[in-house]
Amino acid sequence: MQPPKRIARGLLTDAERPVGFRFNGRRLMGVAGDTLASALLANGIRLVGRSFKYHRPRGIVTAGPEEPSALVDLLGAAGREPNIRATTLPLHEGLIAESPNCWPSVRFDLGALNDRIARFLPAGFYYKTFMAPGWAWERIYEPLIRRAAGLGRLEAIVGRKAGPAETVHEHTDVLVVGAGAAGLAAAHRLSQCGLRVLLVEQDSVSGGGTLLDPRWTDWRAARDAALAGAPAVSRLRRTAVIGAYGHGVFGALQTLSAEESALFGGLRERLRIIRAKRVLLATGAIERLIAFPGNDIPGVMLAGAALDFVRRYGVAVGSRPVFFVNNDPAYEALFALTEAGVRCAAVIDVRASSHAADRARALGIEVRSGALVTAVRGRGSVRAVSIAGRDGAGRAEIEADCLLMSGGHSPATMLATQLGAAARWQESIAAFSADLAPSIGCIAGAANGIFGIAAAARDGEQAADAIALQMGCEAGRADPAVAAPELPPDPATTPLEALWEVRGRGKAFADLQNDVTTDDVRLACREGYAHAEHMKRFTTLSMAADQGRIGGLVGSAVLAQARGLPIAEVGLTKPRPFVEPIAFAALAGGEVREHFKPKRRLPLDAWHTAAGASFVATGLWLRPLVYAREPGWDPVLKEARAVRRAVGITDVSTLGKIDMQGPDAARFLDFVYANTFSTLAVGRARYGIMLREDGMLLDDGTTSRLGPEHFVVTTTTANSAAVLEHLEFQRQSAGARFDVLLADVGDQWAQFALAGPRAREVLAAVVSDLDLSNRAFPFMAAGAATIAGVAGRLYRISFSGELAYEVGVPATLAQQVWTALLDAGRPFGIVPYGLDALNTLRIEKGHVTGAELNGNTSAEDLGMGSMLKASGDFVGRALAQRPGMRAPERLQLVGVRPTQASRRLRNGAQLVAPAAVSSSLGYVTSSTPAVESAGWVGLALLAGGRQSIGRRLIAASPIHDESTEVEIVSPRHLDPENTRVRA
Amino acid sequence: MLRIPCPWCGERDEIEFRYRGDASVARPAQDAGIDAFTAFVYERENRCGWHREWWLHVGGCHQLLWIERHTLTHEIRAAGGPGDT
Repeated sequence: MQPPKRIARGLLTDAERPVGFRFNGRRLMGVAGDTLASALLANGIRLVGRSFKYHRPRGIVTAGPEEPSALVDLLGAAGREPNIRATTLPLHEGLIAESPNCWPSVRFDLGALNDRIARFLPAGFYYKTFMAPGWAWERIYEPLIRRAAGLGRLEAIVGRKAGPAETVHEHTDVLVVGAGAAGLAAAHRLSQCGLRVLLVEQDSVSGGGTLLDPRWTDWRAARDAALAGAPAVSRLRRTAVIGAYGHGVFGALQTLSAEESALFGGLRERLRIIRAKRVLLATGAIERLIAFPGNDIPGVMLAGAALDFVRRYGVAVGSRPVFFVNNDPAYEALFALTEAGVRCAAVIDVRASSHAADRARALGIEVRSGALVTAVRGRGSVRAVSIAGRDGAGRAEIEADCLLMSGGHSPATMLATQLGAAARWQESIAAFSADLAPSIGCIAGAANGIFGIAAAARDGEQAADAIALQMGCEAGRADPAVAAPELPPDPATTPLEALWEVRGRGKAFADLQNDVTTDDVRLACREGYAHAEHMKRFTTLSMAADQGRIGGLVGSAVLAQARGLPIAEVGLTKPRPFVEPIAFAALAGGEVREHFKPKRRLPLDAWHTAAGASFVATGLWLRPLVYAREPGWDPVLKEARAVRRAVGITDVSTLGKIDMQGPDAARFLDFVYANTFSTLAVGRARYGIMLREDGMLLDDGTTSRLGPEHFVVTTTTANSAAVLEHLEFQRQSAGARFDVLLADVGDQWAQFALAGPRAREVLAAVVSDLDLSNRAFPFMAAGAATIAGVAGRLYRISFSGELAYEVGVPATLAQQVWTALLDAGRPFGIVPYGLDALNTLRIEKGHVTGAELNGNTSAEDLGMGSMLKASGDFVGRALAQRPGMRAPERLQLVGVRPTQASRRLRNGAQLVAPAAVSSSLGYVTSSTPAVESAGWVGLALLAGGRQSIGRRLIAASPIHDESTEVEIVSPRHLDPENTRVRA
Repeated sequence: MLRIPCPWCGERDEIEFRYRGDASVARPAQDAGIDAFTAFVYERENRCGWHREWWLHVGGCHQLLWIERHTLTHEIRAAGGPGDT
């Protein structure tokens, strides 16, 4: 019969409200207000999981978010959620949790064999042992290790299983992180200075250390009430700051309580992005473990955790505890347990004497001063503790059911470190603290190395005053509403004596989550990984989700000793965002699927859909690929053939369109384009190429002059945003040189290409105010026109190589114009054509797109070298003239055709000489079946291509196991004289 | 994340802007030669310290601005438009 574990009234629990839950299949009872950890301890359950590498039995070590060991899988409606900390998981009716990383069960785990052969599995073992043969790593070693190591199992939570998520943006004057004594005092003081304050607390209640000392109840209640009434103060509980990103930007994860969650449609977590002018870090301190053999056996816990469990949940972590401490604050757990009626077996204090030891002895508790714990007996749970004097004398064994350790307290400086604060060693507390630049903020209380609740509260007020002064406010006044009661005095304490490790037989862990022992740290040092950051990577110490909160400093101390250096010189490893584990789903918030990558739909999207189009995503755009559902080239070629023989129409509204106006518009175009635009007559269009300043091609397109100071620039679909940005940069960085303005009108204008020998006849039926004859509106004419009653623009430009017009109309009127054109075209057999047919037509014509304008090609490479104007400055002019840019052996644009009509081409196929198939001379960039003749045609980039016309090469596509003999031809497969477009 | 003080819009998140490179280099005169343009396009000091750089407020006013940012601490001590010094 076990003695009762629930021995007192918990601050947070309600013993009248039982809560049923399941753990590893067992039905158990807790009470409202419990965490899973407190409920398990109340049920006498110690063994919670198996460790990462050695599969050793592990239990609950802490009572809060710093927990390294008590991780569970949570089974819910959304599936299995791995690696949830039992110490922060609120218990609710029907909760189902399981131990991870064990098979067949947590009590009998076959993986524990790893522990027996551990001396063959030291740190760095994977790197050294699984070296050869190289292929075996991926196929054998890694899958095996992955199955054996690790903790929780991840099951994909996707699609409809993903729960609701949201992101909230916060703006404040001062962000106060932590609502303990220092944070509460500081927030109150800042609010009195008229500053907006956001106070965030990770815990479900505010108060921090004051919660554990009944003398502070009134003070806390007064501060809570004052803050609740302060209009400029916002408070968030259950909210962990997960990262500091500079410039006052912080990320925080808020976990909703069950009641809040019900109010927000099942929302469980909310990401808050906080922008603050200053930060006040009152994040407290974290108790450290001591490394001794067996310091991971279930029942070995931090002393502070025992205090938390008894005060907050009324749970005694054991009935016969032994303490192993080096500091006075750790005795608070002893006093609380004793007060609750637990008889402690002994206190093992490293120090020769202390105030706290005297107080304990006065209560009749045995304190062994100047002594050490040398070993722990028990496997699934602590059964006895071996002790010895520091001089080795006085060896004894004490029966115990738990061992409560405390190696001191380290300021929680993770966020400060992320903000660039340098760590400063403080000998008096044997820990690092940090200092923030005043322009960033302050650190206060235990986080600042100021221990004791009253001292922390005072430090918080001082920090608040410093920030207020920095921000140009008067220092806070005493609030008469909170007639400050005298702060309860902190007890007199004896300083701690640093103790990191007790060496002996057996594993002494510095990192419980990643199973890293102090021997591993020494091994890293011997292997040459002596820098703290190298040791971290060799051993994985502090690389787990808890980032070595309770043992990282112990690792540094052991390394310092191995190197014979003071710990201040070895330092701590750098913690990274995220300070707290966070689910990807919470980071993504609402920005998932189309909210992350929206679909841009054409003005005529509904028409295209109704016409049976298959769509393709190009960038964000959804464009009609072909007006058919069946796969294959037949429907594409049918559309293309209609264009070559009669007339077709396609939606090119995705083209970028930039309206450019101003007295210097023509001069500006001359500067940004490689060819000349100032000579372009009003009412005419011209093809232009734009270079980057390094001389490479940036984009191409036609630009039309609608008036002396008015141009419309079109860009490729893919580059529309980049070109607009490029033009704005060139215009504005040139200072006042160009009096011109740009406006993106891409969404305002729908644009259709009407192409084919009958295009003029179709257009004539809907355009009345314009003479479309070749003489009046020749190839490359451009101007205003009324099309089907809509004031629009007409450009006689051709991408397909046929007689063609592009019709621009306001997007909102697109439908009536499109319909009118289709109606007018019906007698001529008009067909709508999609992106595939468009591509087929332009490949035959030898027009380039993104496949050829790929950022590595110059104008010369694409056969457009003669377009570069001989005089006048333009972007890219100088560097396009570098000798290497014109070298004849560069990849140049050519056409390719298989010598046998039955063979197809592949984009990306490498061009090789039959005699040297292993050296690539170039590659196929675009390919398509020819529209009117048998066989395929393609474009390619080929070394010295223009000198190779007529040469026969092999187009090799090893992934398709294809080798096709091709002939190198001119890229202009169709109508090289350009007569069709001028028809 | 940088908070960039746009002279026209006020302090905004970095994601609203596009980095446009070193603002301390000036484009050489038209006939300065290939070497001068090579230096302008490619040669950078990559210094640890104050750096004047161009940002284009593409997610806001579309205006070009410069800031002086410390490359180690990310502190921004000055900002202005192309005409400001």
